[in-house]
Amino acid sequence: MNDKHIVSSFDRDLAELNQMVARLGGMAEQQLGAAIEALENRSADRLETIIKTDQELDELEFTINERAIEVIAMRSPMATDLRRIVAALKVGAVLERVGDYAKNIAKRTRVIIDEERDPRDAISVARMAGEVQQMLNQVLDAYATGNAELAMEVWDRDQEVDQMHTSLYSEVLKKMSHGGDMAAVHSHFLFIAKNIERIGDHTTTVAEQVYFLVHGVMPGDERPKADEASSAPGTDL
Amino acid sequence: MNETTQEVKIKAQGVTVHYGEAQALHGIDLDLNAHEVTALIGPSGCGKSTFLRCINRMNDVIDGCRVGGLIAIDGQDVYDPAIDVVELRARVGMVFQKPNPFPKSIYDNVAYGPRIHGIAQNRSELDNIVETSLKRAGLWNEVKDRLGDSGTSLSGGQQQRLCIARAIAVSPDVVLMDEPCSALDPIATAVIEELMEELRKDYTIVIVTHSMQQAARISQRTAYFHLGNLVEHGQTQAIFTNPANSQTEAYISGKIG
Repeated sequence: MNDKHIVSSFDRDLAELNQMVARLGGMAEQQLGAAIEALENRSADRLETIIKTDQELDELEFTINERAIEVIAMRSPMATDLRRIVAALKVGAVLERVGDYAKNIAKRTRVIIDEERDPRDAISVARMAGEVQQMLNQVLDAYATGNAELAMEVWDRDQEVDQMHTSLYSEVLKKMSHGGDMAAVHSHFLFIAKNIERIGDHTTTVAEQVYFLVHGVMPGDERPKADEASSAPGTDL
Repeated sequence: MNETTQEVKIKAQGVTVHYGEAQALHGIDLDLNAHEVTALIGPSGCGKSTFLRCINRMNDVIDGCRVGGLIAIDGQDVYDPAIDVVELRARVGMVFQKPNPFPKSIYDNVAYGPRIHGIAQNRSELDNIVETSLKRAGLWNEVKDRLGDSGTSLSGGQQQRLCIARAIAVSPDVVLMDEPCSALDPIATAVIEELMEELRKDYTIVIVTHSMQQAARISQRTAYFHLGNLVEHGQTQAIFTNPANSQTEAYISGKIG
């Protein structure tokens, strides 16, 4: 089957949308990577840049929305074309949100650097963040190549992130229960851990969109929930 | 809106059409539900209009045209030799691409069918049929004060609604439409489309259209024809969001002509 539209400018419109989403994906990955690196190294050098750069992601997402609406209005897309455009809108929104989380991590990192006194008390989110960064990278690959199987692998991996979040949450709580004056720092870690966990959830949204784009239906099974930290009473973050 | 009655109004089984040596339809199996709009789509020459014209035996008048297989309306074979074709065409009305009002008054255009079929007993009954038909076709308010004017004096969109009024004046079961909006502007098209939604409460509508957007807007089911075959038939929303067949997808996406 011929994969190209008779009206070739339609293909260019779709390619342009794809490229914009890919660019936004790359920016979101970079922002998250930079924020995690800054946190793990307790390095304040790039925090300001990360926080400022977030605006570029917001602007690109807005441009994706505008272009998607134009393409819908002018091309009357059907079937896969229509799903591709709707997916671009949703994935664009998710990536913009990932950018917000990265910015929020950067802001909290600044406070942590200022207030953390005893390095022996330090908490590392490296393992969980590494997992989520890989998932984000993989799901963006799946989106770019239209690989629904790869997307579903990411979807499955989110369980592990939820488990990591639960145990990180317990670890921080334990430290908090020992008293001391680090409660503020520890609270920031709780929020950062939650941010990373949420990014993991968002990668599953992208994975679902890739599946929908390819198959025209949503993946059937409920994503298994393993994040007990969020289901325990009084811990609704 | 998408799920309506599943009562089959028109049943087509193994329908073939030959024009001389050339075969235009290769065994079409298709059930059309009552009170639904079914859109027939496909590239030019795919057989969709040929299929439409089988339903009221319009192909009979074409020299060398042979129709095989079964087409039944309410279980009755329309190619049964006992069928009165004139009566059949009253039961199965047709609206064409180009509005074709008779060069007669607006009134006489609508009254023509009821007169030849002897439907009205007297003038007041006929007046009543004309008024009701024009109202149902959404034209009454625009023409009620000039029923004596020629049908051809109306605008294109009005003429097409006059033709619809003419078709429904004889109380058909089925209305066939062969690209009824292709010569109309978007406003007149919208009026006809709104009308079709209204008319399907009483009739079964089959429409041939080259506008994918129109098929998507107005029909409950869509059938995609290609090279004389029925490639895919299903709920319109499924056909246009996630067609099962890659040929259907290519056609509705503008990838094959």
